[in-house]
Amino acid sequence: MELDLVTYAVPFLLVGAKTTLLISVFGVALGLPFGIALAVIRTSRNRILSRSADIYCAVFRGTPMLVQIFVIYYGLGQLSAIRSNPVIWWIVGDSLHAAILAVVLNTGAYTAEIFRTALLSLPRGLVEASQACGMSVWATFRHVKFPLAVRQALPAYSSEVAIIVKESSLASTITVLEITGYAKRLMSETFAIMDIFIITSAFYLMMNVISLISLKLIERKLSFDK
Amino acid sequence: MSFDLWVLLVERGWGFALLRGATVTLAVGLLGMLAGVIVAVPLALLRWRRLPIFSQAVDGYSILVRGVPGLLVIYLLFFGSIEWVQRLATAFGYQNSADSAYPFVIGVVAIAAISCAYSIEVFRGALDAVPVGLLEAAKSLALPTHVTFFRVTLPIALRLALGGLNNVWQMTIKDTSLVSVVGMQELMRSAAIAAGITRSPLLFYCAAAGMFFALTAISQTLFSHTERLFNRGFSRG
Repeated sequence: MELDLVTYAVPFLLVGAKTTLLISVFGVALGLPFGIALAVIRTSRNRILSRSADIYCAVFRGTPMLVQIFVIYYGLGQLSAIRSNPVIWWIVGDSLHAAILAVVLNTGAYTAEIFRTALLSLPRGLVEASQACGMSVWATFRHVKFPLAVRQALPAYSSEVAIIVKESSLASTITVLEITGYAKRLMSETFAIMDIFIITSAFYLMMNVISLISLKLIERKLSFDK
Repeated sequence: MSFDLWVLLVERGWGFALLRGATVTLAVGLLGMLAGVIVAVPLALLRWRRLPIFSQAVDGYSILVRGVPGLLVIYLLFFGSIEWVQRLATAFGYQNSADSAYPFVIGVVAIAAISCAYSIEVFRGALDAVPVGLLEAAKSLALPTHVTFFRVTLPIALRLALGGLNNVWQMTIKDTSLVSVVGMQELMRSAAIAAGITRSPLLFYCAAAGMFFALTAISQTLFSHTERLFNRGFSRG
């Protein structure tokens, strides 16, 4: 591998890395609360609400993210009601915003699944005990269920974060130039396919390692047995 | 509106184009998954036996492919091979058939490469989960190594691997949509072509989503059945 190629490719990929990071950070910052909310709705007693959240998760987990991103970016723009609404159009009309929206909606469904299993695995006795103490539903959730569920869900969620970083590459299909978008461009520009692949992989692996380590640290910080 | 739908999907034949795309998707998914599993089993065994060098190589492959986006793997295989395939095909006079079959073959190879990396992890986990006591029992009966492997280890490991393989398959069928970006005419690409010509992307992308959903839902049901079949006689949880 020539040094020229590396010095040529890395600046482009760094610019792309910024976009990848942006999409991933929004994916976690918005997708995590969204997913937790979905999980709570899915485990709630309200039949209609929990059924619709179930269906939402099944649809987003059962279809490829590529289809979702195309429906959002190309499909929704077709409706005049969406074009005329400035707020929605601001989200859907811009490719970067649409990509972030797709990542958030997609990861929300997977996160909901992780947190639903965590919520269901909580010992019934604990919840009954908190009810016996006269804690309100919100207090039970805030002080009993949620702290336990987070610790239960964290290991699975850390691999979901790695998936978010990878899925953000699909933004390149709707003209957002992130790492994979630049990699494709560099590949067809320099013809050094393998070399570009290796450099780009190093970027992704680095991002994955950083996110896995930071989640491990959070996990350890939250752990009860120190 | 419903009249338009009928004209677009049936009279102009776009519905059938999508269905044809769905068959290609299914074919690529099945072939890719099959090839991936076939390659993954021996690799997982190498990894499981902790053979030096081989074991690290398998680990490196699995970590690399699972750590980078599928799109990147597809770009590597597609752009990386197009030149020499073209040269090879021209040299042997198969220019035309190479042009038409090439995206399909590379698509299957790419999907196989991705699903293989995930399958390795599934098989490795399953092999590691075979109870040691059973293996010791086989040893104390003086069963030869290959008998132990084929009659004890493998049947148990396969049962344990089934759930994980289901996940890999669900992922694989969805990953086939990525091959559309390099021009393979599968479901996603058919939908994109239809959307471009008829100028109704919402309808066709939603239709494609519906078909993908049907594929994953049907295979999920089949897998649940198989799992129940495999787990007969075992207590749950």
